[in-house]
Amino acid sequence: MSHESARVRAEALESLLIEKGLIDAERVDDVIVRYNERVGPMNGARIVARAWLDADFRARLLADGTEAIKEYEFEGGEIQKLVVVENSDKQHNVVVCTLCSCYPWAVLGLPPKWYKDPAYRSRVVREPRQVLSEFGTELEENVRVRVWDSSAEVRYLVLPQQPAEWLGLDEQTMVERITRNSMIGVERLA
Amino acid sequence: MDGIHDLGGRQGFGPIATAADPVPLPERWQGFVFALINQLLRAGIAANVDHFRHSVERIHPANYLSDGYYGRWLGGAETLLVESSVLTRVEVETRLPAEGTVAARPLAEPDQFAAPAIDEQSPLTAQRQVLQPAKFKIDASVLTAKYGAPGHSRLPAYARNCIGRIVSVHGAWVYPDTHAHGKGEVPTHLYTVCFQASDLFGDDCDQDVEVCLDLFEPYLSDPS
Repeated sequence: MSHESARVRAEALESLLIEKGLIDAERVDDVIVRYNERVGPMNGARIVARAWLDADFRARLLADGTEAIKEYEFEGGEIQKLVVVENSDKQHNVVVCTLCSCYPWAVLGLPPKWYKDPAYRSRVVREPRQVLSEFGTELEENVRVRVWDSSAEVRYLVLPQQPAEWLGLDEQTMVERITRNSMIGVERLA
Repeated sequence: MDGIHDLGGRQGFGPIATAADPVPLPERWQGFVFALINQLLRAGIAANVDHFRHSVERIHPANYLSDGYYGRWLGGAETLLVESSVLTRVEVETRLPAEGTVAARPLAEPDQFAAPAIDEQSPLTAQRQVLQPAKFKIDASVLTAKYGAPGHSRLPAYARNCIGRIVSVHGAWVYPDTHAHGKGEVPTHLYTVCFQASDLFGDDCDQDVEVCLDLFEPYLSDPS
C-alpha cells in the first residue's frame, strides 16, 4: 500500500465511522490544529535556551528532566519520564526508536517523517556517523557517539552545545534558532 | 515477536530522506488516523498503548515497510476495530456499512474511558511502586536474552545475547510484554543498558559508538 492508497483507505474509514456515529470530525480538526500549531519543538527550544543561560536550571534538567520541566505544563503527552542528555566536545548524543517511533511529543511535537522511516530506524544504531553526515553533520574522530534507543517509556531530549557566536544573544532569539534536529541529535547548531 | 518492526541494525534501506514537512500532520487523513488511535484508547478498543503498538507490529510486513507511519497506525486501527467487533472485516475492506453486522459502540463516551489517550497522558505515568528491590545496580554487567519472546516485547533483536553495562535504574514500570496481551501491568524493573556498538555488530559498524537501550529486568541476567 502506497502513501496514496493509505490516504484513500483512511478517508473511507473516516466516512464509515462518521456514518456510524463513531467519530466526530471536529475532534480530528482539533488534533490537527493542536499538533501543527501548539505542540512543537519550540517547547524543547525554550528548555535548551534556558539551560544555557541558567546553570541551576541546567543542573536540575540533567539530574531529572521530568521534574525540571514540570512548571511549563507542556501539553502533548509522551514525556512520562524525560531524560536530557548533554552534548560536549567529547561526546555527541543522538536519539532513535528502532521498534516503533517513540518521541517526546510534548517538547518536540510529533516526529518528522525521516525519524519514523525504516532507513533512520535501522541505520542510526549501527552507523550513526554516516547517518549524521547525511544531515550535514561531520563529527570529529575523537568525539564519542552515544545512540539512545527509546525502547520503553523513557523519552530523550538532546541538550545541544551552544555555538560560541551565540553568547550574548537574548533568550528569545536563541529559542528561534534552536532546531528540532539539534535536539534529536542529528545536527549541531551553528 | 520477530517482526519486521524490529528494524535496528538492518541494512539496505539506503540514504535518509532528510527533508521535513513544514508541519507534522500535513494531510488531513493523517490527523484523522492520529485522532482515531486516541479515540480507540479512550474507548478501550485499544486496551492500552502496548496493545496498540502490538496491533501495528502485526500488520503484514510488506505493508509495514510501504505504508508510512500513519498508514501503519491505520493498519493497527483496522485490526483493533475488527477484533473488538466494532466493524467487520468486510466493512473494513469494502468501506460500506454491512447491514445487520454492526456491533457499534461509541468510541468516545466520557464515562467509558478505559485508558488514557496517548495525547493526554502527560501527568500520568506507567511507573509503579513495588516492594521488590531492583536486581541490578548501576555499573553492573548484564547479559541480554538470547531469544525473542512471543507477542509484544521490547528487547530489539540486535541487542540480544550481548553484554552491556547498567547506566540508569528507573524503578518499576508497567511491563509491555504482559500489558499488551491483557495479562496485567506486572510492574517490572527498568534499566538503561549501554553496549559498545562493536559488541552488537562486530566490525561492520561505526567505531567509538555506544548504544543505550531501556530494558526490562526479565530480558537481563548476570553474565558471570
